[in-house]
Order: sequence, then structure tokens, then C-alpha cells
Amino acid sequence: MQVNSSNETNYIVFIIAALVVLILLVGFILYFVVSYRSKQKDYQLLEDQKKKIDEQKHILEKTLEELRATQQQLIHAEKMASLGELTAGIAHEIQNPLNFVTNFSELSTELISEMKTAVEHHELNEVLSLADDLALNMEKINFHGQRAGSIVKGMLQHSRSGTPQKELSDVNRLVDEYVRLSYHGMRAKDKTFNASYDLNLDPEIQPFPIIPQEIGRVILNLVTNAFFSVNEKRKRTFENYQPLVKISTQKKEQEVIITIEDNGEGISDENASKIFQPFFTTKPSGQGTGLGLSISYEIITQGHQGKIELNNHLNQGGTSFTISLPL
Amino acid sequence: MKILVVDDETDIKTLFEQRFRKEIKEGIMRFDFAYSGEEAIQYMQRNNHEAVLILSDINMPGMSGLELLEKIKKEQYVPPPVVMIITAYGDEETKHKAESLGADDFLTKPLNFASLKDKLKSNFI
Repeated sequence: MQVNSSNETNYIVFIIAALVVLILLVGFILYFVVSYRSKQKDYQLLEDQKKKIDEQKHILEKTLEELRATQQQLIHAEKMASLGELTAGIAHEIQNPLNFVTNFSELSTELISEMKTAVEHHELNEVLSLADDLALNMEKINFHGQRAGSIVKGMLQHSRSGTPQKELSDVNRLVDEYVRLSYHGMRAKDKTFNASYDLNLDPEIQPFPIIPQEIGRVILNLVTNAFFSVNEKRKRTFENYQPLVKISTQKKEQEVIITIEDNGEGISDENASKIFQPFFTTKPSGQGTGLGLSISYEIITQGHQGKIELNNHLNQGGTSFTISLPL
Repeated sequence: MKILVVDDETDIKTLFEQRFRKEIKEGIMRFDFAYSGEEAIQYMQRNNHEAVLILSDINMPGMSGLELLEKIKKEQYVPPPVVMIITAYGDEETKHKAESLGADDFLTKPLNFASLKDKLKSNFI
């Protein structure tokens, strides 16, 4: 009886143990299944997120690419707009030297004819005098031909796209050329335009490496703005106002300073903080792209590691910009 | 009669002095030069009561040729100077403006010196 009872107890213990093992086994299986499914879900979620991130990255890259293309288009559009503004000035600046080439060459033909007569009459002094005049004329023809050529070269450089290189350049010549272009451009565009300009160029400045077409663009932008400002003030002022733009260059130790100063309308403090921002303009609609000064800022600070500063003289009237270019 | 040439291009002096070398040598014509409208006004003040023929460019820094013309015609100099306007822009609008301001003649660049010589001679006869 005792044996039977012991067997029965063992059997029950065995059954209980088997049940416990089974429960544990099922529990483990369930845990693994649930854990696996959860991991699968997490994995899927991560995959989805990665996909979304990839899609967003692609969109951002595309947008950035489009932005870069638009920026290039805008820079090009601004170049073309300023080239358009220059056209009248260029026409005048090329026409003038060409007129001299025409007149001096016609004159030389006449002088040769006179020289032949003088030779026939054995008038040696007259022949020598005519030869001197002819030599001078040839110099003038050459000078004015080169003058016209340099305007065309500058115009082509101005509109050229791509990445221009620094080259040894005469900043005084560049300032003189672009001030004249701006002045004659304004004059040809607006018959009522009237202003004086004063150039004070430091002869001590030797050619130094700059990107001439880019510095030319900066000068053109600043000088055209100055002429625009003094002309606007002239239209509104009835008193004895003399519109004047002063442009100077100066060598200072390891830098060259270019100053463009006007006695125009000045810039309000509110606008002064925004003038180098793209698309900011106070000019009437259609008269400014709002990109001139922001591009000028980039050319000076990034392209030439220089500085460009606005010195507002609103109280006294007028504005001045100072550009520092390292030598 | 004195001829005053007003132009900001300084080579205009060489051009005129060579072109009219005979007339200058023979004392038929005398040329003076001013390189801005302001200089021309000063010249006129110095040469008041003298017969002056002015040949002026339009496009010059500062006072333009048209402003110079207006000022000179307003001043009523005696004898009144003859003013010929020379310009690279031969457009009708500018020509009408010059005429309305009292310009005696309107010439375009490049100058036709044969024609200019005839015009100048006719003013001396």
C-alpha cells in the first residue's frame, strides 16, 4: 500500500514537473515569438524611417541643386542687367575713340598730300613739321584704337560666366574706365541727368592681383548707385545743390582703399542694415535688381578677402562706401 | 572772331590745331579750348564784348553742352556768340532741344571737317 502511495506521489510530481516544463517552454516560445514580431516591427519601422529620410535627403539635395542653379541664374541676370545699364555708356565710350580714329586718319591722308607738295617745293622744314604731325597722329590713332579695344574687352569680361582668375591689374585704370561708363550710361539713359564727378587716383598704386571684371562690377554698382542718388536729390531740391560723386583710390601699407562718396540722399539707418541683403532695393520697380550690393559684398569679402563698409552721412547728406583690398 | 572749342576730350585740341593749321598759321582763325562747360563760362566772362563762336560737345562731366548753351543765350552777351552744338548722339530729340535753346547749328560726330570749315568760313565773311 505504501509502495502504491509513493508511486502515485512520484507520478503526480512528475506530471506537475512536466506541466511546469511545458508551461515554461510555451512561455519561452511565446516570448520569442512576441519578441521576434516586435523586433520585426521595429525593423520595419526603421526601414520606413530610413526610406523617408532618404526621400527627404533626395528632395533636399534636389532643392539645393535647384537653389544653386537659380543663384547662378540670378547672378547671371544681374550681370546682364548691369550690362544693359552699361550699353549706352559703352556706345558712347566706343564711339568717341572711333571718332578720333576716323578724324586722325582722314587728317593724316591730307597731311601726306601736303607733304608731297612740300617735297616737290623742297620745303624741308615744312616736310619735317608735317612728319612730326603725322607721327603724333599715328600715336593718337593707336591710343584711341586701344581705348576702344579695352572697352570691348571689359564688356566681354563683364558678361563672361564661369570662374574668372585673379590677374595683375591696374586698379586706377579700372576705376577710371568704369566711372566713365557709368557716367555716360546714366547720361545717355536720362537726358536730364546732371552730376559732376571727381576722380582722385593714387599714382603710387602698382598693378596687383585682382579679378578685374569683378572689381569693375563692384565699382559700376557703387558709382551708378551714387549717381542715381545725387540725381534723385537734384530733382527734388530747388536750392543751389551741386550733385557730386567723389571717387578716390589710396595705397595704405598692405592694402588699397577705394572710396566712393556722394552728396546724395543718404541711406536711412533702417535701410543701412539691409543694403547688403539680396533683393533689397530702394530704387523704383524695374530700376534695380536688388542684387548689386549683395554680389559686390560677396566679390569683395569672399572673392578678394577684402572689406566693404558703408559710412552713412545721412545727417550731413550723402553716403560713402569704402572698399579695402589686401595687396 | 575767336573760336572756342568745348569738349572734355583733350585730343580735340590736336585735331583742330592740325586740321586748321593753315588758317591758324595765316591768322585767319584762332582757336581756344575749354574742357568743361564751367571753363567755357569763365572764358566767356573773360572775353566779354568780343565776337566768339562756340563749338560745344554735349556730353561732358558737370555742365552739359546744352546747359552751357542755355546759360550763354540767357546772358545776352554783346555781340551774341554763335553756338554750334557737336554731339555723338545725332537723335532728333537732342537736335530739337538744342534748337529750342537757341543753337545756331547742330553737328554730329565724327566731325565732317570739310563741311565745318565751310561753316566757319561763312561766319567770318
